[in-house]
Amino acid sequence: MSDVSLVENLAENQICVIIGASHAGVNCAFALRKEGWEGKIMLIDSDPELPYHRPPLSKTYLHSSEALGQNLLKSSESYGKENIQLLLGIKALSIDRKTQNVQLDNGTWQAYDKLVLATGARAMIPSIRGLSEAKHVYPLRTAADVNGIRDKISKNPGQDVVIIGGGYIGLETAASLRKLGAKVTVLERESRVLARVTAPEMSSFFESLHAANGVSIHCNKQVISIAEDGEKVQVICEDGSSFPADLLVLGVGIQVNSELASAAGLQIENGIRVDETSCTNDPNVYAIGDCTDHFNPHYKRYLRLECVQNAVDQAKIAAGAICGKDVFYDAIPWFWSDQYEVKLQLVGLSAGYDEAVLRKESELVFSIWYFRGNELLAVDAVNSAKAYVWGTKFIKSGEPIDKEKLKNPEIELKSIGK
Amino acid sequence: MAKITFITSDEQRITVEGFSGSVMALAVENGIKGIDGDCGGVCSCATCHVHVAPEDVSKTREASEIETDMLELDDHTDQYSRLSCQLQISEDLDGVVLRVAK
Repeated sequence: MSDVSLVENLAENQICVIIGASHAGVNCAFALRKEGWEGKIMLIDSDPELPYHRPPLSKTYLHSSEALGQNLLKSSESYGKENIQLLLGIKALSIDRKTQNVQLDNGTWQAYDKLVLATGARAMIPSIRGLSEAKHVYPLRTAADVNGIRDKISKNPGQDVVIIGGGYIGLETAASLRKLGAKVTVLERESRVLARVTAPEMSSFFESLHAANGVSIHCNKQVISIAEDGEKVQVICEDGSSFPADLLVLGVGIQVNSELASAAGLQIENGIRVDETSCTNDPNVYAIGDCTDHFNPHYKRYLRLECVQNAVDQAKIAAGAICGKDVFYDAIPWFWSDQYEVKLQLVGLSAGYDEAVLRKESELVFSIWYFRGNELLAVDAVNSAKAYVWGTKFIKSGEPIDKEKLKNPEIELKSIGK
Repeated sequence: MAKITFITSDEQRITVEGFSGSVMALAVENGIKGIDGDCGGVCSCATCHVHVAPEDVSKTREASEIETDMLELDDHTDQYSRLSCQLQISEDLDGVVLRVAK
């Protein structure tokens, strides 16, 4: 173990270790340099690939033949240029907060002055009988997962694919595999797709969209077991129905990678608890991205978000705070999903809404505006960047909206304020 | 092939050569500061905003409706604003000068 306290405490001798090199970790490393961090930056990830964009994995990367290299977060030269040391294919095993060291699986301990946990999440593997023994089962979280799906499907594009889970990952994967010619079935446990994240109108739109593109969606399907069936598997549901699959994709959500933090005695709630500067209950340890449970000042509650926006925003806040800047997190979350030719853009959080106002420009261009009383909470916009942009502006400004004007697509969005 | 010049907010002029793909991807590949491309180039985040030099506007194709709408997210948008993920590299772009938005 090295002991940094023996070294003269010069800025250039300080070490910031970042665990996790996806959107949050990589952005934090670069933001640290931008904010003036003069010391070492070490970015560690168990994924051996040069850090890449995750959102395309279920979208363009899955249905095209593009190389992962076209989806890099930063070029390999950029890390050298900014003097950021990348340790890929290396796993952090434990954190000793007392001596400020991280134990790595290459047999070494790495000392830190500041530690950033950007450990993200992993695909949830549901407990379904026969699943762990079944072949051709793919979660969808990493490049390796998607490369596996690409390889399997390339052998025969017309294969039967069953996707468990009708959330964003499940539906995007359905659209991408459909594009490749697969026969796709989606099994959703709830009574509608996207049930956890959107209004019933939006769920019906996506159900129809997928049906029109030849995807067979079945709701209220609780998968209880997977049975071998020659080269295929049978996906068996509680109601006795079963679906044959050459390939089974799991899209049932994620599990937060909080074990490292938890074992180190950091506060864990619905993720690693951080304050408005993304700092944990240890002043030398920060946490950013999907793994954090953080307070959102706009919605006045603690949240855990799975999105690029939060990863990037928290990365910048943590970097600023580590460099002594007076910064705090105050962001409106935003997301997007691309399926077929449809672009869905979402801003804000709709949880707790009591009224959903539909603004319909056409069958394929519309938006849903979620209100609690007169307060606009969130907007889901389908093929309508305008609604997304104006929704963002109204959520930020808090300017009251005339709902009757909003409903009327003849009235421009910039004129819907009261 | 196209030579593309970026002017960053600290007044650095960087000229790079590109062959295909988007200007945003070229900028990220070359570590151009201020062009983040957080969404990976699908016109969803508006973090790759550039201002085309007025004399070079004719080198670029017109912005699509979604791009124009997304640009409204940024307060610094002007008539020369573009999202560089929507600018495809071709010989038409050769010599273009792009100022990275603040």
